[in-house]
Amino acid sequence: MGLALISVALLIGLGALGTAIGFALLGGKLLDGTARQPEMAPMLQGKMFLIAGLLDAVPMIGVGIAMYILFVVAPGLS
Amino acid sequence: MAAEGGTQTSSDYILHHLANLTYGKLPAGYVRDGQALSTDTWTFAHTAQEASDMGFMAIHVDSMMWSIGLAIVLGILFLIAAKKVTPGVPKGFVGFIEMVVEFIDNTVKDTFPYRSKFVAPLALTIFTWVFMMNAMDLVPVDWLPMLAAKLSGDPHLYFKVVPTTDPNITLGMAFTVFFLMIFFTIKNKGFMGFVKELTLHPFHHPLMIPFNFVLEAISWIAKPISLGLRLFGNLYAGEMIFILIAIMYGAGWALGLFAGVLQWGWAVFHILVIALQAFVFMVLTLVYMSMAHEVDEQH
Repeated sequence: MGLALISVALLIGLGALGTAIGFALLGGKLLDGTARQPEMAPMLQGKMFLIAGLLDAVPMIGVGIAMYILFVVAPGLS
Repeated sequence: MAAEGGTQTSSDYILHHLANLTYGKLPAGYVRDGQALSTDTWTFAHTAQEASDMGFMAIHVDSMMWSIGLAIVLGILFLIAAKKVTPGVPKGFVGFIEMVVEFIDNTVKDTFPYRSKFVAPLALTIFTWVFMMNAMDLVPVDWLPMLAAKLSGDPHLYFKVVPTTDPNITLGMAFTVFFLMIFFTIKNKGFMGFVKELTLHPFHHPLMIPFNFVLEAISWIAKPISLGLRLFGNLYAGEMIFILIAIMYGAGWALGLFAGVLQWGWAVFHILVIALQAFVFMVLTLVYMSMAHEVDEQH
């Protein structure tokens, strides 16, 4: 049963790690782009939120499955 | 629905709050509350265990009611706005609706360069409906079910308020988009066009057909699944955190106050997540529709 808990931790942890790095890079590039062309800021920000939404999928699917494992597959753990 | 008697442990609270209100068929001879059922009975499941025993022939009544209800509310809202629209400067409510429609129209024009009477209304419906369903997540977890339990007098009545935390709803919408993709591909490129797209796409050489087909099949299957699970994952995790915060209310004064602040903070962040996921769902649908309408490259 303990393995399920480890799998939940890995699922959420690694997903969060990857997304954090991804969002940091995304934010950095947004600031670079805005610094280079301030008048493009609104459009760039719009695109950034769109990609942020897409990026969000990966850890969120991981978290969704992790919650499923935690509460449905091995309810005894929580 | 929860374990009767004794203090409710936090995991009971969580499990209790994850169970949809399911209406389904329990087979004859199913032991329920101590006595076996004489005939196949259609009933509301009392416990999550019963809900899963109902197997396939069971409907999540709460998700269906909330999603269809919200769709009707939206339909009425847009109908009222459509009736009151005047050529002059729009005021108040009609102005707001026009703002939403214009926002969607611009996005559709950017993403979908082809002529289609169906795609823009589809985008508007998806965005507003998914946004409204997600917005139900901001209502604190226990308010509506407790209200309903008081009104109906049945203390054990519980239902999940947010339809999009039910994978059936999100995957259902995603696979509808998937079948629309197939329909429009066949309509615009003909059935042979569809077959060609599946078999000849990356490498235009008859020898490479099996490899192409595997590649294309995987990318076609991944689209609806990622589309549906993205929305489900975000909302399910969001609601899970609301449930965890709600547990803290029961643990004394100091923690309750702290939980209030947490709930407010998470709700504010969640407003962004709600709008973003509805927007992403719509944009991806438009991208898939524009791929289906793309006929300019000749084979």
